[in-house]
This record gives sequence, C-alpha cells and structure tokens, in this order.
Amino acid sequence: MPIRLYMLQRLSALVMAPLVLVHLAVIIIAVRSGLDAETLLGRTRGSLVWGLVYGTFVVAVSIHAAIGLRTVLDEWAHIRGKALDAAMWAIGLGLLGLGSRAVYAVTVG
Amino acid sequence: MIPPHRRHGLWLAFFLHRLSGIALALFLPAHFLVLALALTDPAALDGFLHWAHQPVVRAAEMGLVFLLSVHLFGGLRLMALEWLPWSPRQKTLAALATAGSMFVALWFLLASAQAA
Amino acid sequence: MSDGIDNAAATDTLDVRVWRGDERGGDWHAYRVPAAANQTVLDVVTWIQRHREPNLAYRFACRVGVCGSCAMSVNGEPRWTCRTHVQDAARDGVLRIGPLRNLPLVRDLACDMAPFFDRWQEAGGRFVPSSDRHADIAAISPESPARRIADAAIQCINCAVCYAACDVVQWKPDYLGPAALNRAWSLVNDERDAGNKDRLRAVAGDAGCHNCHSQHNCTRYCPNQLDPGASIAGLKRTTMKAALKGQL
Ligand code: SF4
Ligand code: SF4
Ligand code: FES
Repeated sequence: MPIRLYMLQRLSALVMAPLVLVHLAVIIIAVRSGLDAETLLGRTRGSLVWGLVYGTFVVAVSIHAAIGLRTVLDEWAHIRGKALDAAMWAIGLGLLGLGSRAVYAVTVG
Repeated sequence: MIPPHRRHGLWLAFFLHRLSGIALALFLPAHFLVLALALTDPAALDGFLHWAHQPVVRAAEMGLVFLLSVHLFGGLRLMALEWLPWSPRQKTLAALATAGSMFVALWFLLASAQAA
Repeated sequence: MSDGIDNAAATDTLDVRVWRGDERGGDWHAYRVPAAANQTVLDVVTWIQRHREPNLAYRFACRVGVCGSCAMSVNGEPRWTCRTHVQDAARDGVLRIGPLRNLPLVRDLACDMAPFFDRWQEAGGRFVPSSDRHADIAAISPESPARRIADAAIQCINCAVCYAACDVVQWKPDYLGPAALNRAWSLVNDERDAGNKDRLRAVAGDAGCHNCHSQHNCTRYCPNQLDPGASIAGLKRTTMKAALKGQL
C-alpha cells in the first residue's frame, strides 16, 4: 500500500473514531426508546448538526472502506495493478453516492 | 486447523479486525439503501423498522454494533501500536487495557439492548 | 561434523518426516533416527543425509547460529535448525522437517534465497557512504539515541525465518518483508549513511512498510531476538513525517 493511501486510511479512521461513538449512542438511544421512523426523522430532518455529523461520516467511511477493501482484494483475491485501483475507486464512489443519498433522505428529505 | 505461526494474540487481533471490516463494508450499502427509503418510500421504511423489531433481526443488529466496536477498538489499538514507541511491557499493558475496555463497552451495549 | 549419534549407545529413536521433492511436487518421507542428548534438528537432518539419503538437499555452514543458512520449517514453524533442540521442536514425538515457506524451492529442504536478497536491495539495504576512505573515522557515540536504535536492529543473520513467518509476504509476494525493512530501519538511523532519500521512498512505495499489519510473526520467530515489527513501525512514523514535510 503506498504511503498516501496509508495516511488517508489512518486520517479517515481518526475522523471516524468519535463519530462511531456518537453513532453507537444514537443506536442505543433509538433502540431503547423504541422510536418509530417518523419521530426519528422528525429529529434529524432540518438539523444542520446531524447533516454535518453524518455527512462527514459518509465521506470518511467511503475513503476508509475503499482503501481497506483494496488491501483485502490485493492480499486475498490477488487483484493487482490498474484493476485494483479501479476497484478501489468504484467502491469509494459507490459508497459515497449511496451514503450521500441516505444522509439527504434523513436530514433534508 | 490454524497453523502454528498464527496461534497468538496479535494475529488474532489482525484477523478480527479484517473480518469485522469486511462485514461492515458489506453491510454498509444495505444500510444506506434502507435509510434512503425515508425519501422514496416512507411506508416501506416503517414496514422495515417494524420487521426490524423481531428478535432475530434485533440480534443481528446487536451483532453489527459488536462488529463496529470491535473494529473501532481494534483500529485504535493498531494506531497506538504503530505510532507510539512502546516497550514490550507497555504493549502488554495496552493490550490488557484494550481488552478490558472492550469488555466494559460490550457489557454496556448488551445491557442497554436488553433494557430496551 | 561429529555426528556422534551412532556411537552414543542410542536406544531411543525419533519419528522424523522429511519433505522431499522440488517445485513440481514432492512428498513426506518417514525415517527413524537414533535419539541423542542435546540433539539439534540439524543433527537429525545430517544423520538422515549420511545414513539414509545421500542426495538429500539442505543447507548449513556454521552450525552455531551465525551464518543464517540452516533455516527450515520444523513442525510448521520457521526455525534455525542448528540452534533448535529436538526436544523443544518435536510435537507428540514427531518431527516434521520441510523447506521454508514463501520462497521458491530448489530441492528438498533447500530454498532459493534470491528473492529474499532482492528485497534487501529493493528496500535500500545497502550502506551509502557519506564520506570516502580518506576522511577521518566518524566519531559516533554508541550511547547516542540514533545509534542505539540502529544497533538494536543490526544483528540480522539473513536467515529468512521472519520472511517465512510473515503472512503478508505470502499474500503479497512483492512485499519487501520484515528482514529487508528491519535492515532499512537500521540504516535510516545510521548517521554515517547518506542514502535515506531513496531509501525512504523505496520503503514508502506500494511494496513497502505500510503493508505490514503488525501481526509480529516476524518478531515472534526471529532467532536473534530482533524486533522487525517495531522497526517497521519506526519506518511508518519516519516516512509519515517525511511525507508531511513534502520530502518523499
Ligand atoms: S509484523 Fe509485519 S512484517 Fe512482521 S510478520 Fe507481521 S505483517 Fe509481516
Ligand atoms: S530479522 Fe531475524 S529472522 Fe529475520 S532474517 Fe534477520 S535474523 Fe533472521
Ligand atoms: S548453520 Fe549457521 S546459523 Fe545454523
């Protein structure tokens, strides 16, 4: 793995670490209070803070997962060279697209 | 059978980190698609959430929470190992501390899930 | 070599399996070898070669843990065979001796070490002098922090035990591997060396130190108690600092 990818991988991890804790708390609170979709959406919609938190999360996770899976494909599927980098980009952009749509759906609607 | 050169803590830590990472990456697109239902088909989302209250699905959900915390703590462990110039003794202590905090975190997660 | 085993009034025998073959294939062969006190795995291989299989291919030279040529896979674990005692290595009374992992096979127990030494060169493992022989001898305190780090990594005997132990070498064959990176780390901390620019670039590339997952198989098996895993972590930090300063 070239050093630039390594640094991006670690940087995205550092960005996500606190967000994961926030997300775990959200999951627990949501499960515990048994909120239905409408109430949950009522809280997230129109909130700039939630939009920023989950927007950042989606960007970081797309980078992190794309680089991580690149390593897995390299080591365990022996995909190398251009095909490997193409796969990384496809995974990253795919996650970014789906993730942005999801964030839009729950915070803007 | 696990070959002998893999029977030790740091290899196991690597393996858990990799498996949890792959599992999370596979789950992520599905998670995003379901959330996007809020936009395209709110009724379907509600239906899904009702379905998600079934015990089996709830257990799977806890599995994901578990994977997420395993991957989080495993990653913090890795960065500490790579970036801090540890002595072997400090490494052992750090590993114990990580294991301890993971235990506490999981206990907390499971307890709060049950309370729900 | 004084094998002494035949004269040692050995009543016990060892159950030994030796891998025989080449790149095209091979098989485990079973032998009964007289047991002796303080017997090493290399003693066992030598006994088989002298008394049973004159054309058995294996490698050794010093027999005292200096030359690094005798490494083999013993019950699935990479070991320097001249310093590994049979009683420590046998599992359930059986000794399975095969060639090292992760290297092409010449024949039987002898591997082709060329890729291992190629990695050493690719990682910038060659000393690059910063002055010529007319200059005064550089005064380096053995106590200086950099020299201590360089010294901690320097006693490598090129046995390739760590290379055979590493899963990343197995999964990504062009990975430079623990020994070469450990060597690079020693030179990075050598004040007399002038090759760091190219060296850091080499170890920061696609085949470089960032592939390491810190499993520390290398550290676990290095017979000289070196810590290639820690050396690689050192390279990760140093290359990262250099990259942030725009020096890579
Ligand atoms: S610490 Fe790195 S170099 Fe050493 S065995 Fe593990 S992956 Fe290989
Ligand atoms: S680092 Fe240790 S195990 Fe690796 S080649 Fe050198 S002496 Fe052998
Ligand atoms: S024969 Fe020289 S190290 Fe074993």
